[in-house]
Amino acid sequence: MSDISDRVKKIVVEHLGVDEAKITEGASFIDDLGADSLDTVELVMAFEEEFGIEIPDDAAENIQTFGDAVKFITEAS
Amino acid sequence: MFDLTGKRALITGASGGIGAAIARALHGAGATVALSGTREAPLSALAAELGERAHVVPCNLSDPEAVAGLIKAATDAMGGVDILVNNAGITRDNLAMRMSHAEWQDVIDVNLSASSKLMRAAMRGMMKARWGRVVNITSVVGATGNPGQMNYAAAKAGLVGASKALAQEVASRGITVNCVAPGFIATPMTDALTDDQKAAINTRIPAGRMGTPEEIASAVLYLASPEAGYSTGAVLHVNGGMAMV
Repeated sequence: MSDISDRVKKIVVEHLGVDEAKITEGASFIDDLGADSLDTVELVMAFEEEFGIEIPDDAAENIQTFGDAVKFITEAS
Repeated sequence: MFDLTGKRALITGASGGIGAAIARALHGAGATVALSGTREAPLSALAAELGERAHVVPCNLSDPEAVAGLIKAATDAMGGVDILVNNAGITRDNLAMRMSHAEWQDVIDVNLSASSKLMRAAMRGMMKARWGRVVNITSVVGATGNPGQMNYAAAKAGLVGASKALAQEVASRGITVNCVAPGFIATPMTDALTDDQKAAINTRIPAGRMGTPEEIASAVLYLASPEAGYSTGAVLHVNGGMAMV
């Protein structure tokens, strides 16, 4: 597992308080991991900070699953 | 009670009578304060009076770019913003039939749009901190209306609605958003009125007198305090009984 994937997973575990095993590639933050819309905003903020990148609003809207997040961050960093 | 030690407060319109009183009250409760306003000289004088824990961050709220940079300037000065007091406001009074679009727009820009922009910019830090206080200074006329103030009443009523919407969005993160709605308050602006005019105003106020800036500041201090954590989306009217809404 890549370094980026591990770091994203750590943020999601910390923020949403979910079991790491539930965080699969296709896990949806809202539907599967119990996030509300404000949680997704906070996750994006946390990703921006952790990886030193900017995630524009339109891109943030498309980050719905754990896999989406890892893919976007891998391409952006 | 109402101990703000370690909290960092940004106050707009701190060069005015009410803003300065708010700054003194929050600072007196232990907060570090960033004083904002368009005129730097009175801000510097107030900062000098307060001594330690006081910073000056000038900003012209009618300039959108300056507004965008204010939260950053306050954060640079204090290390963060835990308490935002949107106090700055302007009036461009005129009867609706004579009001120009510029008079309407200027008041909406400063009193509503700038406050909204500052609230949104301040949320990031407050969300991370899981604690924040926003206190918007509105006006009794936002609830009652007032002839000659179609623009001002709309902006203040708009700020109440915006506060309630934001309050619902961020309540789960320990952030409260409230309004303090002053009635007639004795400031340099009301000093210009004649005694007859003042007497006429006082007959409309059950308390029989105008309020003081300190009485507004006390309401702000409460809403900014940890003790007010369960009050959100509220409008605290401080008007001597002039309007009971």
